Amino acid sequence: MSRLLHRVAAKRRFEIFSRTVAAVVGGYAFASLFVVAVSISSRDARADAVLTGMMTSFVVYVGAFLWCFSASSALRAWLGLLLCALPFAAAALSASRSVW
Amino acid sequence: MNGSFFRSMLWLHGWAGLLAGWLLYAIFLTGSATYFRSEISHWMRPELGFTADAKDDAQIADAALRRLRAIGGDAERWRVTLPNAREPATEIHLWRKSGKEPSFVHEWLDPATGAPSPARATLGGDFLYYFHFDLRMPSIWGRLLVGFAAIVMLVALVSGVVAHKRIFADFFTFRPDATRQRAWLDGHNIAGVLALPFHLVITYTGLVTLMFLYMPWGIHIAYQGRAQALLAEAGVVAPTPAVSDPAPLAPIALPLAEARRRWEGGRAGVIDIYRPGEIGTLIELTRDASETLAYRYDKLRFIGPDGRSIPQSPPSSVVATQMTMYGLHVGRFADAALRAGLFVCGSTATATIGTGLVLWSVSARRRDTSRIGMFLVERLNLGVIVGLPIAVAAYFWANRLFPSASPDRLLGEPMMFFSTWIAVFLVSLLPWRRAPWAPMLVVAAGAFAALPIADAAAYRSGEIASYDRVFLGFDVTMAAIGCAFAAIATKLREERPSAKIIDQTPKREFVP
Repeated sequence: MSRLLHRVAAKRRFEIFSRTVAAVVGGYAFASLFVVAVSISSRDARADAVLTGMMTSFVVYVGAFLWCFSASSALRAWLGLLLCALPFAAAALSASRSVW
Repeated sequence: MNGSFFRSMLWLHGWAGLLAGWLLYAIFLTGSATYFRSEISHWMRPELGFTADAKDDAQIADAALRRLRAIGGDAERWRVTLPNAREPATEIHLWRKSGKEPSFVHEWLDPATGAPSPARATLGGDFLYYFHFDLRMPSIWGRLLVGFAAIVMLVALVSGVVAHKRIFADFFTFRPDATRQRAWLDGHNIAGVLALPFHLVITYTGLVTLMFLYMPWGIHIAYQGRAQALLAEAGVVAPTPAVSDPAPLAPIALPLAEARRRWEGGRAGVIDIYRPGEIGTLIELTRDASETLAYRYDKLRFIGPDGRSIPQSPPSSVVATQMTMYGLHVGRFADAALRAGLFVCGSTATATIGTGLVLWSVSARRRDTSRIGMFLVERLNLGVIVGLPIAVAAYFWANRLFPSASPDRLLGEPMMFFSTWIAVFLVSLLPWRRAPWAPMLVVAAGAFAALPIADAAAYRSGEIASYDRVFLGFDVTMAAIGCAFAAIATKLREERPSAKIIDQTPKREFVP
């Protein structure tokens, strides 16, 4: 019984650690991809696009952060983050191809 | 996590609040004080008075430009910040071309003569201003820490609101005579909800002021990392002129008069001169910050040698939004009454964070928290919540206690701030049976309430040039802060015998 409790506690600790990394690091990476995608969204108003991306990025970061702690499991938190990041990552990749 | 959404959010609110709370308390306290940055500076330079005969801006600017020329060297850029209703002295900056030393000169000048100001060399309110966002740490580390704390603050605000099913009912609930935990919780909720829009706006706009540091990835991909190129394209900064042949500068009165006409009586607050003394010299005037909501937004550019204005298109609405956010954060548009209101809001935010920290340690008694953990949280709470105000008071005291011509002042005053803070930490970490809240609060009360007495002494000795409304306001505020600390100390003393929840840990008393 005590061994079981111990395992539950260890699992919970790992869950919290994983969620924290997802929120702090994953959330920032997600917000960064969002910024890149917004920045390259307009060629004519480049400066406006970059500034808009930067200004709105913190909402995205905070949203991702909260998602990581409200998802029902750490795995779902990571998967949700990755899924939402896909379109931004695709946009960023296609842009970097056209730049270089 | 934790079974339900609400419980997850409550859990997140608690832990995020605890871990960033101490830092956030320091950021919000010094930030609130920064609303009175100019007034604090004025109080800390008592030799300067507001001159009765307000001189013409053009004459003041000319005097400042003479001083900049006298400093000489190969200047890349000059900046003159004209005195205004809040700041009695002219401020000048000089940036030298790369490779020349010293690369940067900063001076306060007497507006009439352009000679270096006779005032004592103190950082004044600027110290609290810089501490507020860089914690006086080297390089960018302080700014990064502050930025991360701001994100956690937003997380704590949102999670606190969502976790709160009956937020409006609780807003009208204050039970100071209920159990201690309940009273702290009510206080935390009221302070948090009362100024919630302020908390959200000030935190978000704070992130926007440093967004070039926090989120540079768009600049990397669209401008190859050259932030100056982005700012120039957005019309925020003037494009740097190329090196050209020497040429004298047109009288500064021309651009100043043109600015007054264009801004319909509005006044230039800052004069930037890029590559002074060349054919390509560029003069840029920025409207006085008290006249616009958007910060450093209204700008006019002129050709250096002949003073003709350079036509430019107005900045885009995105730039306007950014500068308005900036302006909302720094609050330079606010008059004295509104600024006092903003200060109250900032203090409310500080109180929300402070009560939240106390609440954590009070409720930790009910939870399964380790003894050493509880000891540390409670003592760190004391060292930050009461220790930081004591350190600020010590910073003010240092200004009056150092001899007025002391050359060590520039370093000595901040040293006094940090050493007092460390001293409070060490004292509170001593193995007292209970954290010495009441004695520390009494120290804080005394340190603030006695500042007006120091002022009276300085006034009698002739150290204060003219005891104007700024000094009166400062002294009244210090006395009020002292009284507030005394009131909290009395309340704690009164309740000690009955308050078993906060002041005693009956089962597991910590006796080192």
